[in-house]
Amino acid sequence: MIDSQQMQSLAARMSETEVKGRSPWADARRRFRRNKAAMVSLCVLALVALFAIFGNTLAVWSNEEMDFNVIGQAAQLGAPSLENGHYFGTDDLGRDLFSRTVQGTQVSLMVGLIGAAIAVIVGTLYGATAGYVGGRTDAIMMRTVDILLAIPYMFVLILLLVVFGRSLSMLFLGIGLISWLEMSRIVRGQTLSLKNREFIEAARATGVPAWKIILRHIVPNLLGVVAVYATLLVPLMILSESFISFLGLGVQEPLTSWGALISEGAGTMNYGTLWQLAFPLFFFCITLFAFFFVGDGLRDALDPKDR
Amino acid sequence: MFGFILRRLAVAIPTLLLLIVLSFLLMYAAPGGPFTQERALPPQVLANLNAKYGLDDPLWRQIVNYVWGIVAHFDFGPSFIYPDRSVNQIIAAGFPITLTYGGIAFVVAVAVGVSLGVTAAIRQNTWLDYCAVGLSIGAQVLPNFVMAPILVLVFTLWLGWLPGGGWGGPIFWIMPVIALSTSFMASIARITRSSMLEVLSSNHIRTARAKGLPERAVILRHALKPAMLPVISYLGPAFVTMITGSVVVDMYFSTGGIGRSFVDSALNRDYAVMMGITILVGALTILFSLVVDLLYAWIDPKIRY
Amino acid sequence: MTRLFLTTALVMGLAVPAFAAKPAEGEKLADKQEMNYWILDALKSLDPHKNTDREGSDALRQLFEGLMNEDINGAMVPGVAESYEVSDDKLVYTFHLRDAKWSNGDPVTAGDFVYGWRRIADPATASEYAWFMELMNVENAPAVVKGEKKPEELGIKAIDDKTLEVRLTAPTPYLLKTLAHPSTFPAPQKVIEAEGDNWTEAGKLVGNGAYKLDQHDLGVQAVLSKNDNYWDAANTILTTVRFVTVNDQNIGLTRLLAGELDWMDRTPAGQFPRLQQEYPDQAVSVPDACSYAYLFNLSDKGPEALKDLRVRQALSYAVDRDIIVDKVLQGGQKPAYWWTHWATEGFQAPDIEMSKWTQAERVEKAKALLAEAGYGPDKPLKLSIQYNTSDDHKKLAVAVQQFWKQIGVQVELANYEWKVHTDRLQNQDFEVARYAWCADYNEPSTFVDYFRTDGYNNGKFSNADYDKLLNDAKTAADPAPIYKAAEELLIKEMALVPVYHYAKPMMVKADLRGWPKANVMNDWYAKDMYRVAE
Repeated sequence: MIDSQQMQSLAARMSETEVKGRSPWADARRRFRRNKAAMVSLCVLALVALFAIFGNTLAVWSNEEMDFNVIGQAAQLGAPSLENGHYFGTDDLGRDLFSRTVQGTQVSLMVGLIGAAIAVIVGTLYGATAGYVGGRTDAIMMRTVDILLAIPYMFVLILLLVVFGRSLSMLFLGIGLISWLEMSRIVRGQTLSLKNREFIEAARATGVPAWKIILRHIVPNLLGVVAVYATLLVPLMILSESFISFLGLGVQEPLTSWGALISEGAGTMNYGTLWQLAFPLFFFCITLFAFFFVGDGLRDALDPKDR
Repeated sequence: MFGFILRRLAVAIPTLLLLIVLSFLLMYAAPGGPFTQERALPPQVLANLNAKYGLDDPLWRQIVNYVWGIVAHFDFGPSFIYPDRSVNQIIAAGFPITLTYGGIAFVVAVAVGVSLGVTAAIRQNTWLDYCAVGLSIGAQVLPNFVMAPILVLVFTLWLGWLPGGGWGGPIFWIMPVIALSTSFMASIARITRSSMLEVLSSNHIRTARAKGLPERAVILRHALKPAMLPVISYLGPAFVTMITGSVVVDMYFSTGGIGRSFVDSALNRDYAVMMGITILVGALTILFSLVVDLLYAWIDPKIRY
Repeated sequence: MTRLFLTTALVMGLAVPAFAAKPAEGEKLADKQEMNYWILDALKSLDPHKNTDREGSDALRQLFEGLMNEDINGAMVPGVAESYEVSDDKLVYTFHLRDAKWSNGDPVTAGDFVYGWRRIADPATASEYAWFMELMNVENAPAVVKGEKKPEELGIKAIDDKTLEVRLTAPTPYLLKTLAHPSTFPAPQKVIEAEGDNWTEAGKLVGNGAYKLDQHDLGVQAVLSKNDNYWDAANTILTTVRFVTVNDQNIGLTRLLAGELDWMDRTPAGQFPRLQQEYPDQAVSVPDACSYAYLFNLSDKGPEALKDLRVRQALSYAVDRDIIVDKVLQGGQKPAYWWTHWATEGFQAPDIEMSKWTQAERVEKAKALLAEAGYGPDKPLKLSIQYNTSDDHKKLAVAVQQFWKQIGVQVELANYEWKVHTDRLQNQDFEVARYAWCADYNEPSTFVDYFRTDGYNNGKFSNADYDKLLNDAKTAADPAPIYKAAEELLIKEMALVPVYHYAKPMMVKADLRGWPKANVMNDWYAKDMYRVAE
């Protein structure tokens, strides 16, 4: 859950500094580097990304191949081992957990990043448009947001996946569409305060079309908010995906995701195959931890409390 | 203030209508109807069933009838999958259960989360702070579908202290409450901590301190209230997430709440039950965001509606 | 015109009083006679004429009683009917009812059965099991179900309060076996008319079974207690039966091990061998009359490749059933090389060539057949396997994908939830799909009829010789050889990939007795059970 007040405070500061003619980014970079937790987290994220991208080159087995020596005796023979190439052990079907974790990492990160990107892009454009155009359009657009906010989204997402069948793109879209509403409100608020500034007035006077003003002048001023919001949104997207996978509505086999691996592993945790839960859960947790720390760190760096 | 409440309630009506139409359309578009089953029904039986439940009417008429049934009789229709029960009965049976453990989880999450957050904020950058932050992020990222089976293993199988599921007296509430509240508790703790830090560095706290008030009084009397604002705005959406989370609780602890009924009804095309629960949750969402706004105004006198 | 005609089953039924719970010699009864039975989902309906699932049937068999019951070996024994006669042309059955009471004290009459049967066939009830009356060949059933005739014209009549006459349109050798099915149970007319759809609520429900409904919390549990008005209440030992819903099998097992459940009839896949080792007195696997298969879509909408017999054979050969049964399921299931469940009563195992080969031979033959059909590395066969959301189906589909990969077939998996899966099956929107059929009654025709041209037959297999064989079986004195021939034809044409025959790997508390060990239908009666002191 993202604290919208902090976002508003951050947005206010971002537009304020712009006017003072001093980029907030240089200071922020310095402050961010001093934040140890955030720096370590950034490294963790980099390592997880490397794992997702290059993990497959280390894998001995593919993510769908069954090891017929192991199948049926995962508890006895499927434990993590360097000898048979199952570094993370196998699942109940004798499939290599290492390569499945690599592949699950790819899917989960993708869902998180693309979902957050969709949410942020839609939210920013929607909010900026509403705020910039103003008047009746603004009223209608924001009233719509009020209405949409009252819709239980997880419910709708479940319906979407049931109705249109499960697919990666549906998952991206569905998860992304959950979270843009709050973003659009923040962006609208800042756009309102930006739009009467001289540089916007000047642009308008020279006949620059509205969409260009929004894209060229308003959105860049919101970059800080967007960055922080997106960073904090990614772990929430990943959590949502894991819940969807738990319900059995996630990606199609043989593809998998952290959520799917964890829920499989959680089912069998008492049956002597704890590694099936431990490895995916480890990657899941450290990644989410890292995203939260980086997001918080980024926000603190851009909007220091001791100003 | 009164006008504000009225205006908000006026928005609620189109919202709920939109919700009804949206979910009706989605359900309608879904392949497989409520009576799709392994042995294809003879066309006549299917026709009878459709006639009985009014599914042979055109879509718009179904929606109109449905809305009319709710407005005129507060009747959410019959369940297709549970032919012995009406949607009203299913919700009346399940919702109090969800509300009971959900409500307790809510209170627990707020109480523990706020204390944890405040403690972390006052002792910023001590080991206590690091523990609280680590703990809360940890609790937030541990999915409750992992936590729930662990709880059953530990408290039911190994220790034998708690029943592994079912619904009855308070002893049945403990595990659902733990499973449901931890991630909210964690979020609340994080939000409280950062907003507390912000408030503590503000001018009026500096003034209070300068006046020589004891630290305890400063925090409880002056800092806590403004620091609660972000927490309160978080509670509205958190409530809905909680209902969603109750799916897991209902599945693992056989509590019989409406969370499981919703997933079941969506998968089984039990249109009426699904709609009933969606409308209920939608209405509660609206109600909650209204309550949150009012609380907001109460805490922060600068806000006027 | 009907002549008295006592069958052997009836003679036996009369000779031995109806089976009831009887502790064997030397068994001492436990003080607490209760049983907690695990069910996966909430009980959807306790109306015998609206119920559609197995768990519901299990509960209904305790709350109501039909004309016949099953004993622990699956043999039909008298229920409400004390005796019956069959006319010479086998079209008219006359049942003589015993003195039995509803749980509210009213007598159970022939009229209650008439009401119940008319009710299920009546389009106004819109029962999803109306087809059951057609399956039984009750006179006018199809016309009544279609609404062309009035329910009163259904071939069932109360001659007097204790005599019931059933008229059929065709000789139906399995008729008696259908009479323990909840669809044929009587219904309390007065109660239903007074209470409407809500008559099955705890407190309102009136039944004629050995138990009555005390409490029913949807998704939590249903609590049944002994019905003192039941005709054989004196021999009913268990006092309380709970149907406990646990949506997650693993949690169910945990709770059983913690002592909260006494009987779980489906342990999680792959766990049975371990349980057998650790709890040898509790883990049991019994055959269960269902068969699992992959269906080919042979309709016009199906892929061209599957219309080639060689392709179908290759796909069937390549599936390593031993791995599926011994390594994936591990619950006492048996590999299937034909369709009808091996333990079905009156079924003779057909002579199937592929069942005798080793897997290596099968794979080799499969490769050769595929090559012959024109598929190879440069022109690989591509198929999709459709299955419904479930851990077990997923595991099997993943395994079959690998088996087929070995012979160069590229498989894509498509997972849908049950309703969509079924809908696509019925509209022939699939290539290869997972399917299982469970027997409606304990006789091979319930299986083999599936592949008749006019059967449910979602893959649209059609073979005139096959249909003819099954028609012959209806009137044959001994249909067993015909069923055998039909199965052989089915596999010769490879209408499906038979995968395995079900078994129920169960955990039953060691002190619970009287549950059916040898009834392939796995229908159980709590009145036959009891718990012994350790």
